[in-house]
Amino acid sequence: MTRHTLSVLVENKPGVLARVASLFSRRGFNIESLAVGPTENPAISRMTIVVAVESLPLEQVTKQLNKLINVLKIVELEMDTAVARELLLVKVRADKDTRSHVLETVNLFRAKVVDVAPDSVTIEATGDREKLEALLRMLDQFGIKELVQSGMVAMGRGPRAITDRASRSSG
Amino acid sequence: MSEARTGTPMSGAASLIKSLEAADVDTVFGIPGGAILPAYDPMMDSEKIRHILVRHEQGAGHAAEGYAYSSGKVGVCMATSGPGATNLVTPIADAYMDSVPMVAITGQVQSASIGTDAFQEADISGITMPITKHNFLITNPLEIPRAIAAAFHLASTGRPGPVLVDISKDALAAQTTFEWSDKVDLPGYRPTVKPHSKQVREAARLIVESRQPVLYIGGGVVRAGAADQLRKLADLTGIPVVTTLMARGVFPDSHPQNLGMPGMHGTVAAVGALQQSDLLIAIGTRFDDRVTGHLPSFAPNAKVIHADIDPAEIGKNRNADVPIVGDARHVIVDLTNALNAEYEAGKSADYEGWWRQLNQWLEEFPLGYDTPAGGEVAPQYVIERIGAAAGPDAYYASGVGQHQMWAAQFIQYEKPGHWINSGGLGTMGFSVPAAMGAKVGSPDSVVWSIDGDGCFQMTNQELATCTINDIPIKVAVINNGTLGMVRQWQSLFYNERYSNTDLNTHRIPDFVKLADAYGCHGLRCDKPEDVDKVIAKAMSLNDAPVVIDFQVHKDAMVWPMVPAGLSNDKITVARSLAPAWDSED
Repeated sequence: MTRHTLSVLVENKPGVLARVASLFSRRGFNIESLAVGPTENPAISRMTIVVAVESLPLEQVTKQLNKLINVLKIVELEMDTAVARELLLVKVRADKDTRSHVLETVNLFRAKVVDVAPDSVTIEATGDREKLEALLRMLDQFGIKELVQSGMVAMGRGPRAITDRASRSSG
Repeated sequence: MSEARTGTPMSGAASLIKSLEAADVDTVFGIPGGAILPAYDPMMDSEKIRHILVRHEQGAGHAAEGYAYSSGKVGVCMATSGPGATNLVTPIADAYMDSVPMVAITGQVQSASIGTDAFQEADISGITMPITKHNFLITNPLEIPRAIAAAFHLASTGRPGPVLVDISKDALAAQTTFEWSDKVDLPGYRPTVKPHSKQVREAARLIVESRQPVLYIGGGVVRAGAADQLRKLADLTGIPVVTTLMARGVFPDSHPQNLGMPGMHGTVAAVGALQQSDLLIAIGTRFDDRVTGHLPSFAPNAKVIHADIDPAEIGKNRNADVPIVGDARHVIVDLTNALNAEYEAGKSADYEGWWRQLNQWLEEFPLGYDTPAGGEVAPQYVIERIGAAAGPDAYYASGVGQHQMWAAQFIQYEKPGHWINSGGLGTMGFSVPAAMGAKVGSPDSVVWSIDGDGCFQMTNQELATCTINDIPIKVAVINNGTLGMVRQWQSLFYNERYSNTDLNTHRIPDFVKLADAYGCHGLRCDKPEDVDKVIAKAMSLNDAPVVIDFQVHKDAMVWPMVPAGLSNDKITVARSLAPAWDSED
């Protein structure tokens, strides 16, 4: 099972997210994460979908997605030619004895503290998957009270933009 | 709203009717109700559109399908919100599976009430999302013409399919302006019609190098209107042809290169040809499980050329060595030209050995059936005689089950689009309303509904619609008193334990009395020697629908058969009788 990251341009119309999600559900494709937001063009939204499939079903995923009338373009982003980031908020146990150790970890990962309480600290971190997983492993020893992750967004490196050609392609 | 107020002022409802007229609609099947009521007022004044009031919205949907088959146009059905719309779900799903061009228009509750569980509210856009090519929810009346234009474009181009347009009641009632434009703005929809010439040349190369090729032809060739082009290609190459359930008639059954239907109830020659082939030339077909049987062992030695207008079908079930995306007619024409080029360059192919094997199978395992020992009527005989009497110019719409398989097997089809059935979804109750729609689409043709007694009881109320609206279809109820196909499986695999398959239809209901109640001619036939007479009588009655209760043998079986999940090599031609594939050449 490999992970694939798809960047999908869709028309910004009501129900498009539901269409994509229900397509994945009924075809049995496994969504690991899905992030969606507007692009530089307000009529177009961009979805970043991380799918866990074998490579043959991935071709099917892309082709079925292309059949949706509201889908404009699909690009698969390879992790070595793209920048990928996720946002993480984590609430960690930290009392007066452990707080300095927690803050040391925060600094090592260049993360930020966004909330402080007598026995906990809330940390904000952005980075790629490996960095965030490493951060969580380090924080685990203190006790994680609450955790929320945004899902990955990604963009290809270099000067070309996904919207460069009006025609649809599958990457 | 910063739209320039060009266009003619009228209500949203009038705008809807005007839009349908501009889309060249001449027939709508439907039932009015609360939410769609505003649309029915201007409908009454339309001089172009004939609205046929049906008895169940499911009938409207299947009628739209039958109409699409016989007229070649987009079929249109209309219903109100809530239960009216949900009654369209089955025919919409049916059109989706069989790629039938259809537009379904439903009323929706007031836009301010959407999402509040209002009276007769149903999220039909959400419900039909997985079974429509696309759908629209319209709450702004200005958008009605654009949505209708887009709906008809989507339904009829690329891979055809059903499109639903859900319009809120206040949008229909509001004052708006109507402006029609044929131009549609669908940036995410660009079907590929012209095939890539490099792919076509590669396919031609594979074809001249093969020794045991088969033209595996599906419903897409019917949708593309490519029967003549297919005939030319087959005649040019001498390659055998199999036509799937959805493609029967696109290549004449009388043509010597036609091996028949492949698949679960296909002919031995067709099934054997696919299994032993070294090259499948698959056009407009989707390697459905009813054709392939156990996928890993399907056509194990064959390379595959797969041409389809829907790229998602290519490589879905079977890897394609030469994928070709394009309209079937363009593909067949380009392929014919490319093959001519190969032949002119001196390449030729020798299929003599292949044809010797195929002809042996055709001779040794023709389609056939047993005459019932007790003198009962054989259902296959009835269907065969109807086909002989009505001929290839008639339209035949069947239900689902044993009678459907016999209708696909024992009627000689010579023309595309004259065989109308529910293949992908397998919807019982399809026959009568689809026959009704087909007759409306082609009023001067003879239309036969070949139905089972189980199927018939699901939608026969449309006989009232037929009588009242002058739609004289002919219905042959193949009445074996049971759910025949299920009974066959119970005979073969469940030790003849007939759980819940006895319908008791040999007298309840009395189909002749039922026909009479619906203003139709009711006839009964329970002796083999009466079959031809009764059919002739039915053919002579054209002032009202005709319903014939053919009381047939209960235990007739559909052969050949490849049981589900098994390899096509395991085809059996009768109980415990199978071809020996490794026979001498």
